[in-house]
This record gives sequence, C-alpha cells and structure tokens, in this order.
Amino acid sequence: MLELIEQFNVLGAFWLNIRLAAVSFVLAMVLGTVIAILRLAPVSVLNWFGATYVTLLRNTPLTLIIVFANLGLWLQLGIEFVPREGNPNFILENNFWLAVLGLTVYHAAFICEAIRSGVNTIPVGQSEAARSIGLGFGQSLREVILPQAFRGGITPIGNVLIALIKNTTVAVAIGNREIAYQMRNMMEFRPDAGILIFLIVAIGFVILTLPVGLGTSWLSSKLAVKR
Amino acid sequence: MSAQQVLFDIPGPKARARHLLYGVLGTLVLLGLLVLVLIRMANRGQFEAAKWTPFLESNTWTFYLLPGLVTTLQAAAVAVVLSMVFGIGLAMLRMSDLAPVRWASGVFVEFFRAVPVLIMMIFTWQMLVKNPTMVRLMDSLGLTGANATFIAVVVGLVLYNASVICEIVRNGVGSLPGGQREAGLSIGLSSAQVRRSILVPQALTSMLPALVSQIVVITKDSALGYIITYPELLSRTRQLGSANANTLAAYLVAAVIFILINYAISKLAEWIEGRQRRKRRGPTGGGAQTEDEEQAGQRADGATLEAGGAQR
Repeated sequence: MLELIEQFNVLGAFWLNIRLAAVSFVLAMVLGTVIAILRLAPVSVLNWFGATYVTLLRNTPLTLIIVFANLGLWLQLGIEFVPREGNPNFILENNFWLAVLGLTVYHAAFICEAIRSGVNTIPVGQSEAARSIGLGFGQSLREVILPQAFRGGITPIGNVLIALIKNTTVAVAIGNREIAYQMRNMMEFRPDAGILIFLIVAIGFVILTLPVGLGTSWLSSKLAVKR
Repeated sequence: MSAQQVLFDIPGPKARARHLLYGVLGTLVLLGLLVLVLIRMANRGQFEAAKWTPFLESNTWTFYLLPGLVTTLQAAAVAVVLSMVFGIGLAMLRMSDLAPVRWASGVFVEFFRAVPVLIMMIFTWQMLVKNPTMVRLMDSLGLTGANATFIAVVVGLVLYNASVICEIVRNGVGSLPGGQREAGLSIGLSSAQVRRSILVPQALTSMLPALVSQIVVITKDSALGYIITYPELLSRTRQLGSANANTLAAYLVAAVIFILINYAISKLAEWIEGRQRRKRRGPTGGGAQTEDEEQAGQRADGATLEAGGAQR
C-alpha cells in the first residue's frame, strides 16, 4: 500500500485537490455573498439577476461548466490566466485556474443559498431593531444581518465545502493531474490492486471531508447566536 | 425571518428614487458585462452563420444531440429507480432493531456519502475493463466495453444517491409524531411491520419534494459519464463541436437542454411541496405540529415571494 502511494505520488495528487478546493472556496464565498446580497436587496432588477444566476448555475452539470471553461473560454475565446511566454507549464497552470473558475461560479450559487438559509434563522426583531435605530439597508446588512447569517449558516456552508472538496475531482475532465487522474493511472497499471487503490483514494476523501463536517458542527454550536 | 418584507421599510419617495437609480446602474453594469462577452465572441467569429446554422439541420439533432440526450436519460432513469429502491432498503436497515445491522448500514451510508461519485465511476469502469476476474465475468455475460461505461455510471450514481436517499427517508421518519409508531405497536404490529407499513410510507410522502430534488442531482451527475467516455449528451456535444467547428455554440445548446430538464424537475418538486402544504392546512391535524408547519409554510411563502421583491 505504501509503495503504491509513493510510486504514483498519491499525496501530490491530493495536494492539487486541496489547492483547488481552498482557492475555489474562498472565491466562491466572496461571489456567493455578493449574489446573496443581490437577492436580498430592495431593488427588483438585482433580485432578478441573483435569482437567475442561482437558477442557471444550479441546474447546469459541473462537468459541463468545467469542460466549457476549457474548450469554450480558453480555446475559443482565448481567456488565459497565466503568461504563456516562456512558461513550460502553461497548459497545466491555465487549466488549474480554469477549473478554479468553474468550481467557483458553480458553488457560489450554493453558497448564496446557504447564506440565505442563514438569514432565515434570524428573528425578525433583529432587523426591525436595526432599522429602528436608523440603520439603512446596507448598514443593517453589514452590521446586523450578514454577521448573524454567516453564523447561522455555518452548517449549510460546511455542506457546500464538503461537496466542493469532492467536486474537485471533476477537474480531471480538463486534464488536471489530481487524484481522479492519478487513480485512473494507477488502475491502468495495477489492475490487480483495484480495490486497494479505491480504498486508498476513498479513505483520503474521508480524511479530507470528515474534519470539515466535525469542524462545522462544532463551530455552529460554538458560534450559534444565543437567543 | 422572511427576508424581503422585513429587511427594509416600505420605501418612501426618496428611497424609491434611490432604488430606481440602483436598478438602472445595476442593469447598466450587467448590460456592459454582456456587451463585453458579446464583443469578445464576435471578435473570435462566434457569430458566424456557419457556427449556428448546424442547429437548424436535422442531422445535428438526430445524429448527435438526441441520441446523447437519450443515453443521459437512460443512465439517469435507471439510477433514479435503483437509488430509490436501495435507498429505502438502506433506511430500513439503518432503523433495524439489530444493532450490528444498524452499524453496518450506517458505515456504508457515511462512507459512500464521503466518496466523490466520479471516483466510484472510475473505479467501477476500470475494474470492469481491466481487472482479469471482472473481464472474464463480463465476457461470460456477453457484455462489452460500451456496457461497462453504462454500468459504471449507474453504479457510481446509485451508491452515492442511495445513501443520500436513505438519510432523507430516515429524516422523514424522524419528523413523524411518535404517536404513529406507538399506535402501530399497540394494535399488535411488530416494529418491522410498523416501519414498513406505517412509518416509511408517510416519510416518503412528506419527503417527496426532497426525493424529487434528488432526481436533479442524479441527472446533473450523469454528466460525469463524459469523463469515463460514456456517450452521453456532453460527449455527443463534443463530437458535434469538432464536426462543425462550433464548440462554443454546441456547449451553449447542451447547457440550455440540461437547464430546461433540471428546471422542470425542480419546479415539479416545488409544486408538490406547495400542494402538500395546502393540503395540510385543512381541518385535520392538530396541536404543536401544525404550528411548526405553519411557520415552515410562512418561511417558504417568504422564499417564493422574494422573487417579486418589496413591491408593496
């Protein structure tokens, strides 16, 4: 088992999944928060835009989004994230960022909904109180609503993060050498050890996702707003 | 908190003017982004007639898109049926009176919820086409490599979604009033009979919206078959794109097809949910439970209203 892990650089492949997940999660949190604010805003055009974004992105397969990022955005529209000149790893690095782009826009829709479900946990009195002391929409969102929404929405946000970690495997569709890619390699060369290889990869994902689940349930009870 | 009605006051004349300004600015920014994308597409020749006329030819649909759609739906349909059957079975096992059975099915469910669907698909596929024992088994059953990708897609989808459905059913049973089980036991049913004929049927009805939403997940995830060369809609789209040199247009059309299918299924789930809520508001039902449901109903009302914003 150890020799398999070393021979095929399993840890290096998992490290790529972790990097994909970390970068995409941060960006998806930012984009998801922006979309959530659009959906909560008192301007109906912005509501409509937020709702449409979520509907479109949630109903599109992630595989399609990531393949489209590669074949459509890069090959057809020429969108590049890293300098091409004198960069021997141009394709690998560019595909990393295209995968990050796909993972970000897809999961931002789910982060948006998680934040909105966090908003649903806040009692009406909170925003009424905020308005009664004269805060405007932006101020009450920033000072009262969103801080509580993030705390109330930790569990759904954690679920999105778990899904995101698992979904980084889809990046193999555009040639990222992460664990799904490495697993296919391993099974081609060692078809006899198939079940062992599957268990190594599967347990790797259990190790990656289990702490997130435990961590979010710990955080959500620790940070729960006392009411 | 039903966000929209309480996050801001009913706007006065000044606020209305400001909101109009924001609305106009927001629209301008969006239109600007759209124009940038369109200019980029036009510069790269994405609007040449040759890129789009193929979608007016029957060949494009009968040779590429429709067969792709059919294989996608085949895998999804088989996976939906099997996931439901195994999911309900797993839920029964997870609620069993025998502790070892509960633990074993619990480990199974937690394990397969933690492993990515794609990993299970690649594993099944590579086992079927590479592992000597499995290859011999496949040969003796008269199955080919093409069957292997279908089996792999279905197995991957079923292992994951059966585990999710098991949890949905268990949640449904957990949210039933305790009196249901007690009433069943008091008329002399065994606890297995109570589960089978009283608890699980009610859980399935109350969890129907969640179960229907799971169909969207299965349909979306069937696109993972692209990666293991299952000839579903995305693979066909890729072929279409290289045959006509219109990759971008082909993927946009495929995306529209996926979105339409999944949007229709989500709407179905919402409709079922709304119908159930209206039914439950009838004269039957009592006590604390209806209060909870009322609140849930109000929350959901807020959620459906919010699309319209605060027009009042």
